[in-house]
Parts: sequence; structure tokens; C-alpha cells
Amino acid sequence: MKFFPLVWANLMRHKRRTFLTTASVTLALFLFASLRSVITTLEAGAQVGSESRMIVQSAKAIVFFLPMSYRERLAAVPGVQAVTWADWFGGVYQDPKNFFASFAAEPESYLDMYKSDFTLPDDQRAAFIKERTACIVGQHLLDKFGWRLGQDVTLKGTIFQGDWTFTVRGVYHATNKAFSEDALMFHYDMLYERYPRFVEPGWYVIQLKDPSLASQVAAAVDSMFKNSSDPTKTGTERAFNASFATMWGNVSFLMNSIGMAVVFAILLVAANSMMLSARERISEVGVLKTVGFQDRLLFALVMAEAGMIALGGAVVGLGVAKVLYPVVGFTAMGFLPGFDVTPGTLALGVGIAVLLALASGLVPAVSAARLSAVQALRHLE
Amino acid sequence: MRVALVTLRNLTKSFSRDSQPIVVFDGLNLEFAEGSFTALMGPSGSGKSTLLNLIAGLDRPTAGTVTVGDADVSGMSLGALAAWRARHVGFVFQSYNLLPVLTAFQNVELPLLLTRLTRQERTEHVQTALGVVGLSDRAAHFPRQLSGGQEQRVAIARAIVSDPTIILLDEPTGQLDAKSAAEVLALLQRLNREFKKTIVMVTHDPHAAAAAGTTLHLDKGVLTA
Repeated sequence: MKFFPLVWANLMRHKRRTFLTTASVTLALFLFASLRSVITTLEAGAQVGSESRMIVQSAKAIVFFLPMSYRERLAAVPGVQAVTWADWFGGVYQDPKNFFASFAAEPESYLDMYKSDFTLPDDQRAAFIKERTACIVGQHLLDKFGWRLGQDVTLKGTIFQGDWTFTVRGVYHATNKAFSEDALMFHYDMLYERYPRFVEPGWYVIQLKDPSLASQVAAAVDSMFKNSSDPTKTGTERAFNASFATMWGNVSFLMNSIGMAVVFAILLVAANSMMLSARERISEVGVLKTVGFQDRLLFALVMAEAGMIALGGAVVGLGVAKVLYPVVGFTAMGFLPGFDVTPGTLALGVGIAVLLALASGLVPAVSAARLSAVQALRHLE
Repeated sequence: MRVALVTLRNLTKSFSRDSQPIVVFDGLNLEFAEGSFTALMGPSGSGKSTLLNLIAGLDRPTAGTVTVGDADVSGMSLGALAAWRARHVGFVFQSYNLLPVLTAFQNVELPLLLTRLTRQERTEHVQTALGVVGLSDRAAHFPRQLSGGQEQRVAIARAIVSDPTIILLDEPTGQLDAKSAAEVLALLQRLNREFKKTIVMVTHDPHAAAAAGTTLHLDKGVLTA
């Protein structure tokens, strides 16, 4: 601790350089934490799906519809307790940048199916079910656009063309962290009425009587439609969510790569800065050695400088990322519900900062330690 | 008859420059008595500064021994030498060599950071040293806020703050005007007479040499007078 003033004084020798180097480390670790959190949020989302719910989708691709006639046949499969269905709508509000999750679903059965994942007041539930043009929205989405109960909201369809006006009759609160509050749900019938010859369910959701029946039910469903024109692919909701995460696999790789590239670039900046700083002080190393400072102490002092820059940058960068996203309620338009910087990401960030300190400080620290006092003092002449 | 504090026995120092061997000392024998104030004079390249470096343990002899008090300086490891230097040697350079980012107080405190003294004890020692060199009121000043003479006095305070066995000075008045040089020399005389410090000073300046009790002349590594 008694050497702290010496380390601090050396850091403050070139305030601007120290600030810029620390700021670059801050930015690098902020970006790292942000990109890493996209991956961890996607992975977390894949883990929260229910094991007792199954998704039945087209075996051809998720963009293909399944016949409405499957509803009754699915309900008759042994082990199935309830069935509901939905369609992805994909509308925008006023401007293309106001894109969020919107889908059409069969209201009553869908709300029953997901009653454990969010809360909706009974009167709002009843109002929503009763009115064909009604919709329910998540609290976060309502706040984001300043909507209120009873307000008419017009979305522009991106898949189903035209203007679609819904009346907000309910606001739900997610009880599951990974269940998005940035979504809008309206009646499947409204979609069907406008496109009767086109629209059918995009996917079915099955409630199992017992989660242990999952593989049995999946096999029964898929074999039932195997030779039809619309074969199915059935899996648990968790597996369904995980498949979305897998689709993001390349994105994860890309984000990891970008994150590492940024950190590496900053490493070069920090290392260059540390070496420049050490080179300017060769004669001072000679003076300190003459005074009696030992090689290992000089090594430690240079490493302490590198450590303060890297860890200072890490604390700010990671701290801002940890605090900022929850404060602004960032969810990437509802596609990353529960977006947060996890303790694991913070620990990884600190680990990177330690490596950054070691890598940027090692060369100048070793140079300072190995330099003989006479050599260093000669640098002065 | 005073006891020898520094003893150089059969001292040989050579190095190579551009593959050419250069012999600085070849079997030099020399003693500096405890409590003496010696000026080392001689032309450039005569080995004056090399001699100071060898006594301070900053450089190693090719052959022969350097003894300071009970310590065989030439036989110590690098780590032991650094620790010994912190305790027993005060070194003053021609160009002061204060750390520009530290105040006068912090510069003087540097050798004490290597001791087990408490913060309070270190503060007392630094204030005493700055008082001896007459700069108590400049403790909070940075080197750039001091004159050359004041900087050199701070450097002397740094050299004496740990109460070393010997003070080595490499042309301490080389960059000072006459008035500042006289102040520094008077200070050195006081340290020698009042505090009984053993001082070895390299200088080109006959006026500076006159302040010392003894003057030795080196030429091509050989004592000439």
C-alpha cells in the first residue's frame, strides 16, 4: 500500500494517455459483456420452456402451416390433456423500427395453457376473450409506446398485408423471467377471417397429462401424420426453444469472435501504451535501482500499473453493462426477454481483464526488472 | 589514523565495445577512510564514474574485491546488493534524477519505502532530511517547481534520509551555477564534519574538489596523485 502513491503518480504522468487506454479497456469489456449476454440470454431462453408442453410444427419448416383438422386428432392422442394453436403475425407499429413479437392465438385455450407463465386480471381476460378485435400486450410493451387500456392500436402487417387495428383489453405481467413482456397477442379468428383460404395454424401447443409421456406422445403424433401432405415434427417446448437457440449458433460464434477480436485489439493498445510508458522511464528505473529497489519490486510496480488500467476499465465497463440494461429495460424488442449480464459473464470479464493486465504489463515489467542499473542510467546521458 | 571504510583490492574492470576489449582498471588498490571526504578528479574516460558504480554495487568488477565496512560488495547477489544499497549507500547524480511525478517529499521518501518504518516515522525522517538541506518549506513542490540547486539539495536529502554508511556523488555541481554549487558544497562539508558522513565525490571542478579533504586524480584507471 505504501507504494500506491508511486504507482498512481506514474499513471497520472500522462493523464490523457491513461484515460484513453482505460477508456478503451472499458469499452472493450462493455462490448464483451453485451455480446456475451446476448448468447447467455438466448441459452437461458432455451432452458425455460416447459417439459410438460409440446410444440407440433410442420416437418417441412416452421414457416409452413398445419391443417386446422389436426386439432381434433391431436386432442385424441393418448396422454394429451389440452391443445391450442397460434400463428406468427410479425406486425410493426407506425414505423418499421417498431417491430416486436406479435401473434394470433386461440384466446381461451392459449391463456389456459400459459397461465403459469404470466398473470392477467380476470376482468381483462374476460374482456379479451369476448371481443374479437381485442388484444393483450405485455406491460413493458404498453409502457414503451405509452398505450393504455381501451386504446385502439394499429399494426402494419409484414406477412399479412394491410392495417390491423386492435383494442388493448388486457395487460399481462410475466411471472417467468424469460417470458417476454414485449409481445402482443390477438384472436386467431381475426387473422383467419381476413385470409380464410390462406391462414391455418402455424404451430400447435400440446399440454401433456404427464411430462414422462413426452417421447411417447411425440412419436404417436409424428407417426399419425407421417404419410400425410403435412407431416409434423413434435418436441418439447424446451427443445423447441433450444432449436431457436441453435439457429442462433452462428450468431453466437460471430458474437464471440467479434468480442474476442475487440478484446485483442484493446490488448494491443494497452500493451503499446504500457511499453511506451516504460520506455520513457528507463532512466528512472536506473535511479530506483540505485536507491535500492529490487528487480522483483520494480516488476510488481509495472504490473500494478497495468493491473490498475485493466481492472479499472473492467470495473467500469462491466459495471455499466450490469446496471444499464436492467435500468433501460433492454430486451431487443422483446426477442431477448430477461436480458441481463450474468455473474458468469462478469467473472469471465474480470478474467479477461486479468489476462489483459498480464499480457500488456509483462514485457515492460520484465524489461524493467532485467535492466541493469548502469544500463538504465546510461540511457540518461 | 582512521579506519578504512571502503577497500578496493586488485580491482580489475574491463568490458568490450565493438568487440574491442577496454580495460578501465587493472589491479587498482585504494582505500577510503571512514568519515573522509574525497574528491576524485580526472579526465573523461579515466574511470571515475565506473569506480563509483563499483563501490555502490551498481557494477561488478572483472576481478578483485570491493569491501565497504564488513560487506564484500563484489561477492553479493543482485538482490542482496539492492538491499545493501538501500541501507548503506546514498547516491547523488549530476542531473539530480528526481522523479518528476513525485513531490520533493515523495522523492526523499523513496529509500524509506524499502524499510519497515511506519508512515509516521518515514515522515519524520523525510522532514529531518529536508531540514538538513534547508528545504523544509519546499516539501510539497514538484521538481519542475524547483531551481537546479534546490533539486540537487533534494537529491542529497534523498541520499542521506536513510542515514547511509557512505555518500557517493557523481559531479553533483556539474549543472549548477556558482552560487548553487557553493551551497551544495557547503552542505556536503557540513554532512562530513557535523554528521561524520563518508563522502566520495567525482568532479571535474577544482573548486568543488577544494571543498573535499582529500583529492585523488585518476588517469586511464591509474591513480596519479
